[in-house]
Amino acid sequence: MSAGIEIQIIAVLTAVACALPGVFLVLRKMSMMSDAITHTILLGIVLGFFVTQDLSSPVLLLGAALIGVITVWLTELTAKTRLVSEDSAIGLIFPLLFSVAIILISRYAGSVHLDTDSVLLGELAFAPFERMVVLGIDIGAKGMYTGGVILLLNILFIGIFFKELKLVTFDPILSAVIGFSPAVFHYSLMGMVSLTTVGAFEAVGSVLVVAFMIAPPATAYLLTDDLKKMIGLTAGFAAVSAIVGYQLAVYLDVSIAGSMAVTTGIIFMLVFFLAPKRGFFADIVKKKKQKEYFAENAFLLQIDSGVNAMERAAVTSKREKKIMADLRQKNWIVGEEKYALTAEGIQQVESIKKEWFPGFQNQEN
Amino acid sequence: MANPLLLFSDYTFQTVALGSLLMGVLSGILGSFAVLRKQSLLGDGVSHAALPGVVFAFMLTGTKNTEILLLGALGTGLIATALMMNIVKHSRVKFDAALAVVMSVFFGLGLVLFTYVQKSPNANQAGLKRFIYGQAAAMLERDVYFMQICAVVLLFIVILFFKEFKLLTFDSDFAKSIGMPIGWMNAGLSLLIVLAIIIGLQTVGAILMSAMLIAPAAAARQWSSKLWQMITLAAVFGGLSGVLGTWVSSSFAQMPTGPAIVVCVSVITIISLLFAPKRGLLSRLTRQHNQKRKLEAERG
Amino acid sequence: MENAVSVNRLTVSYGDKPVLWDVNMEIPKGKLAAVIGPNGAGKSTLLKAVLGLIPKVSGDVQFFGEKEIPKNTIGYVPQSESVDWDFPATVSDVVLMGRYGHLGLIKRPRKLDKEIAAHAIELVGMTEYANRQIKELSGGQQQRVFLARALAQQADIYFMDEPFKGVDVQTERAIVQILKNLKEEGKTVIVVHHDLQTVKDYFDWVTLLNVRLVANGEAEKVFDSKNVNQTYNTHILLEGVG
Repeated sequence: MSAGIEIQIIAVLTAVACALPGVFLVLRKMSMMSDAITHTILLGIVLGFFVTQDLSSPVLLLGAALIGVITVWLTELTAKTRLVSEDSAIGLIFPLLFSVAIILISRYAGSVHLDTDSVLLGELAFAPFERMVVLGIDIGAKGMYTGGVILLLNILFIGIFFKELKLVTFDPILSAVIGFSPAVFHYSLMGMVSLTTVGAFEAVGSVLVVAFMIAPPATAYLLTDDLKKMIGLTAGFAAVSAIVGYQLAVYLDVSIAGSMAVTTGIIFMLVFFLAPKRGFFADIVKKKKQKEYFAENAFLLQIDSGVNAMERAAVTSKREKKIMADLRQKNWIVGEEKYALTAEGIQQVESIKKEWFPGFQNQEN
Repeated sequence: MANPLLLFSDYTFQTVALGSLLMGVLSGILGSFAVLRKQSLLGDGVSHAALPGVVFAFMLTGTKNTEILLLGALGTGLIATALMMNIVKHSRVKFDAALAVVMSVFFGLGLVLFTYVQKSPNANQAGLKRFIYGQAAAMLERDVYFMQICAVVLLFIVILFFKEFKLLTFDSDFAKSIGMPIGWMNAGLSLLIVLAIIIGLQTVGAILMSAMLIAPAAAARQWSSKLWQMITLAAVFGGLSGVLGTWVSSSFAQMPTGPAIVVCVSVITIISLLFAPKRGLLSRLTRQHNQKRKLEAERG
Repeated sequence: MENAVSVNRLTVSYGDKPVLWDVNMEIPKGKLAAVIGPNGAGKSTLLKAVLGLIPKVSGDVQFFGEKEIPKNTIGYVPQSESVDWDFPATVSDVVLMGRYGHLGLIKRPRKLDKEIAAHAIELVGMTEYANRQIKELSGGQQQRVFLARALAQQADIYFMDEPFKGVDVQTERAIVQILKNLKEEGKTVIVVHHDLQTVKDYFDWVTLLNVRLVANGEAEKVFDSKNVNQTYNTHILLEGVG
């Protein structure tokens, strides 16, 4: 297998693995927690190394995952004092833990062969050099197996607890009432996010894990309300970003992880602008239509009350002329200088009165 | 080292320490407003988004003058802010997700540009990379001079419009009702906050900058219930951490400045949260304990 | 009788629906007026649109016959939950903000402003709390602080958004007394109010609103069962309502 193919497989597995728990972070409005966790796992890795003195020990990964959960816990503890706001708590805790990690790495640089750069920024190009060797046989790049394992774990986690995760996300109170503890699922999810980050940082670097975790689910969120569809779309966007990002990086000869992150951003922006119901342009059009709808019916009501026929005998402004033309086309009004309602127009007036002034129905007659 | 305090008479140290001091003071002051306006994490977004601006400015001009690079940072920082605001305003994506997407994608763009530049012959990466991790020691005399000018200007504006910024932050509807131009005021204050972030970048770096914005303000809030006192204290805490962090990092081998400053300011914050009179956790616990005792005593 | 406020064909919309529809009303100078209506009737919106805090679709507002909002003639008490009471400020800080409109940009409060603020604090009975952090106040005390800030504005027309919300009986009585005193001084006071039982005791002018204007006039004349029932779309008979 060529290095390029291996890199892309690693990238796709990692990107999808990151994006899956991200769906719940986005829905639960906890996206910035991924930013915090991706930074603090560095401390877990360093501390794990001090215990085991071995950079490839699984204890490091466990330590990192544990620090991730501790980060969440400390942040919530700080916010609970109500002395600082919730977002301030995030911005207080993670920089401290991250700084301690950087200081430890710098101080003991002689003994810790940890490159801050590779943890933070990742170096996917080197991933194929790390081989997985079983019984003396090379069975492919190690990253493929790491990526595969964290992806599998995430699929299992979400697959098994789908119902519970859905309930806890959309209705935490009901969930608590029927006996699923929101806290338990909250910390399980944070544990998954930490584990995933730990598994992914080697490939893409921890800062860009955030891009994979949040951008694809946020993109999918713009397109669907259905949780299952959202998860499917998220996985699709993540995989496409990984492959397109890689191709771009090769073409331009730039950072692979950076290029993938940019791709997730480009896809997000495209969907943000163009999404059929919830995109930027759709929103502009919707607001404009609402305004038009309001203006048309407002004119109808005024004509109905007899005010408009007199006061606005001469419709001058371009916008008003257009509204009048529209009303005439809908066959709600007739007349050029003075306007009168048609039978359909009277019906429309009645229905709009019910819609706009529900409280007045009983008294109208 | 014979006497660690001797450092303070060292000229290079003085330069770097002054730079860190200014960074701390500025982020303390403007951070107070950011925190009170519930924009704590905006600093994280802007500082990450500044990175591609720095590299882009370098690509365009080929210079490593801090002012030019920071101008680029300001540009992308503002673009990122506008993007976040528009995503929240025009779609269902909430602020937290918009922030996370924009900051990580801009940071990724920074890396892309950075690796692109590295291939060009005149690129010395150290000059650009200091904006990621911060590198106070690399500050030149003219950088610090530039910071001094910025600090004086920013401070002057904050003092001049203190009353307006205060009212705007506390009750913008009331401010508008008395005819204050709150659109301009809002934009102006946001710009000042972004400027403070950008100026601090080369000292503590993009990743840790958010802490400098939040921590001094959060610490100061615990000690005071008057805005000007809070801001003054935040400036003192920020400046003190800057100098202290620089001193620690110069006194010990292989001690990076940015993280040292952040640890200093975090320690101050933790002490404040625990021991501040009235608001602090300890005083809260004592109060609760006394109340309980009093209740028990009353019950007989 | 001169009108302190007259609203001419005011319409405000939210998306495709009107929040206020074609509202015509006036409040004569020297009245203590209540704006009454169910939730979502547009009471706060009316205040905000009149003060120019939110955009209008159409219509205009005049103060003492002038279209421009005259400087420093308007006092405003927003809903108390519209601000963060954990803000680092004391009672006197907040009340002093009422003087900012008289100061103009950049200028600091003078000794006179501080005296006016102190007097306003005294009027609402909060002198002993003047240096208290606003977070430590009860709901009623917070309302008193907002009222004092408006008093410090030394305005001619006061707009108050639910000043009785979440206050104790004693505070409500104290606030009513202050409002009546303002009226005695010839000021005009417009209050968004909830409690139908107290309308006739407190106010002499009533505006009944439910997106559309139901009635606007002397409390004696317009505050009757017919209008109230039309406003609330109910068929209740009110005690003390004609």
